Amino acid sequence: MKLLVCISQAPDTTSRIAFTNDDREFDSNGVQYIVNPYDEWYALVRAIELKEQQGGSVTTITVGGAQCDPTIRKSLAIGADDAVRIDSEPTDAMQVARLIAEYADGKGYDIIFCGKETIDHNGAVVPAMLAEMLDCGFVANATQLDVNGAEATVAREAAGGEEKVTVTLPLVLSAAKGMAEQRIPNMRGIMSARTKPLAVESASAEGGSRIERFALPPEKGACKIIDAENAAELIRLLREEAKVI
Amino acid sequence: MSVLAIINTQNGFATKSGLESASYAAGLAAQIGTDAVSIVAGPLSGTEAIGAAGIARILHHEAAVQDSGQWAKLASAAADSAGATHVVCGHDHFGRAVAPRVAVRLNAGLVAGVTQLPEGSTVRKNVFSGKAMADVVVTTEKAVYTVTPNAFGIATDESKATVEAFSADIGAARETVAAFEPASGDGQVPLPEAELVVSAGRGLKGPENWGIVEELATALRATTACSRPVSDIGWRPHHEHVGQTGITIRPNLYIAAGISGAIQHLAGVNQSKTIVVINTDPEAPFFKAADYGIVGDAFEVLPKLTAAVHALDS
Ligand SMILES: Cc1cc2nc3c(=O)[nH]c(=O)nc-3n(C[C@H](O)[C@H](O)[C@H](O)COP(=O)(O)OP(=O)(O)OC[C@H]3O[C@@H](n4cnc5c(N)ncnc54)[C@H](O)[C@@H]3O)c2cc1C
Repeated sequence: MKLLVCISQAPDTTSRIAFTNDDREFDSNGVQYIVNPYDEWYALVRAIELKEQQGGSVTTITVGGAQCDPTIRKSLAIGADDAVRIDSEPTDAMQVARLIAEYADGKGYDIIFCGKETIDHNGAVVPAMLAEMLDCGFVANATQLDVNGAEATVAREAAGGEEKVTVTLPLVLSAAKGMAEQRIPNMRGIMSARTKPLAVESASAEGGSRIERFALPPEKGACKIIDAENAAELIRLLREEAKVI
Repeated sequence: MSVLAIINTQNGFATKSGLESASYAAGLAAQIGTDAVSIVAGPLSGTEAIGAAGIARILHHEAAVQDSGQWAKLASAAADSAGATHVVCGHDHFGRAVAPRVAVRLNAGLVAGVTQLPEGSTVRKNVFSGKAMADVVVTTEKAVYTVTPNAFGIATDESKATVEAFSADIGAARETVAAFEPASGDGQVPLPEAELVVSAGRGLKGPENWGIVEELATALRATTACSRPVSDIGWRPHHEHVGQTGITIRPNLYIAAGISGAIQHLAGVNQSKTIVVINTDPEAPFFKAADYGIVGDAFEVLPKLTAAVHALDS
C-alpha cells in the first residue's frame, strides 16, 4: 500500500504564546517546535502499522521552510520511509492543501493521512480540502482504521457517539485519539533517520485568506474563593451572580 | 446575492450547530443587506426553528445525504443557484468534513472556527487552542465561514422560512454508514455543544469514584468530561478528554474537580464563560484561570454541591 502522511510542526504545548511586529506575527523566540501531536501520535503511527501489516511504503509530506527539517527527521525516526518538503511559507490552509494535492496527484497513494487539526491554527480543514482537490473519499476524526483490498472500514467521532463507515480507496482521513498509540523513536530509528531521503521541492499556490492580527484573550479577574464548609454558597452564586445555572 | 447556511439535521430537525450557523448567516445577511438562504437535505420537519433563526428561504433536497463529497456538490450547487457570496456552516464534525470541500469547489477563502460576525472581509477566530485570537482577512471574492459551537447565540425571531424543492447532480457516494454507537452517558448533551460541564481529573484517584462526579452532572443536567491522563489510563472514555489534544469546549459553566490546571488542559477549556475549580491544593495553577474556587477535598465538596443543587430545585 502506498501511504502519504501530512506532517506539520507546531509550537510545543507549553510554549508562551506572544506576538511581535505590532501583533502581526507569532513570536517564535525561544519556542520549541514539535511534530503536531495528532499528525505524529495517530496519523503517522497508524500508517506505519498498516505498512508493517500489509507491506508498502510510508512517505511524509510537509509544507514549510528548512526550519521544519528536525520535525521531519523525527517522523522518519518513528518509522516513515522517506519525506518530502514543499519549500514554501504558506499563508493559509487552502494554500497548504493545494501544494500537497499538486504533489500527490497522479502518484497513486491509497490513503493520505492527516491529524485531525493542528494545535496552533486549529483549522481542521486541510484534510477535507485535499479530499476535494484529489476527488476522493474522506473521513474526519477517524478513531479506527482497517483496510480490506479496495475498501476501508473506519470508525469516526460523530455528534453524540461514534460511527462506523466503509469507504472506497483512495481515501483521505484525519486521525484522532484512538487510532494508534504514540511511539517513541528508538536509537536505531534515530540513526537511520539521518540518512533516509528528504526531498525538497519548490512550488507555489494561491491561498484564500491571511492573518491580519493576533490578540490575546482578556485577563480573568481574581478567583472568588468559597469556603469548603459552605459549598451551597457556590451554587447560589452560580445562579444569582454568574447566572449560569 | 445572498448568504447560504449549510444546515445539518437529525430526525428532521436542525442540529444546534445548524441553528447557530443559520443565525450567523442571518446576522451576516442583515449586515450586507441581503437574504439568508439555507440548504437542507433529507426529512425536514423543523422549518419553524430555521425560519426563527432568520433564514428566509430553505432549499430542500429531498433525499438525505451522508457522503461529504456529495454534500459539497449539493451545497455548492445551492450556493451558485442562490448567488451566495458567503457560505456558513458549523465547525462541528459535519462542517469539518463538508465546508472545506465547498470552499475548494467555490474557490473561496475559508475561515474555520469563527467566533464573531465579520467586519468587512475581516473575521475573528480562535488560535493556539484558545490561548489567542486572530483576525483573518479573506482574499477571495467568496468566503466560507465555519462557526465555533456555543460562540454564537441562536435567534428566535417571528420570521418564517419558505421551503423550495432543490435538486442537483451530486454524483455517487463513496462512503456508507454501517453503524452508529451512541457514547456512554446516554441522554447527555454531546460535549462540544454542552452548556454545563462537570469535569474531573487524577485527583479523583480511580474510576470507581466517578459516581460523585456523575451525580453532580445529573443534578445540573450537565455533561461529564475529564483530563487527559484520566482517559489515557482508561478511567473514562476517550470522548470525554478535553484540552489541547482533546476536545476544545466553551460551555457557560465548567466545573473542574481534582484537575491541576496544566496549560494543555486550560487550552481546551479557558473560553468557558464561568470556571469553578475544586482542588485540595491552594497553589494549583487552575485557580488562576478560575472565577470561583473551593480549596477542599472533591470527595466531600462534590456531594455537598449536588445536595445544594437538589435543594435549589425543590
Ligand atoms: C503534548 C501534551 C498534550 C497534552 N494535552 C492535554 C490535554 O489535551 N488535556 C489534558 O487534560 N492534559 C493534557 N496534557 C497533560 C497535562 O500536561 C497534565 O499532565 C494533565 O492535564 C494533568 O491531569 P490532572 O490535572 O487530572 O492530574 P494531576 O496533574 O495529577 O492533578 C491532579 C490534581 O488533583 C488535585 N487533587 C488530589 N486529590 C484531590 C482531592 N481529593 N480533591 C480535590 N483535588 C485533589 C491535586 O492537587 C492536583 O492538582 C498534555 C501534555 C502534553 C505534554
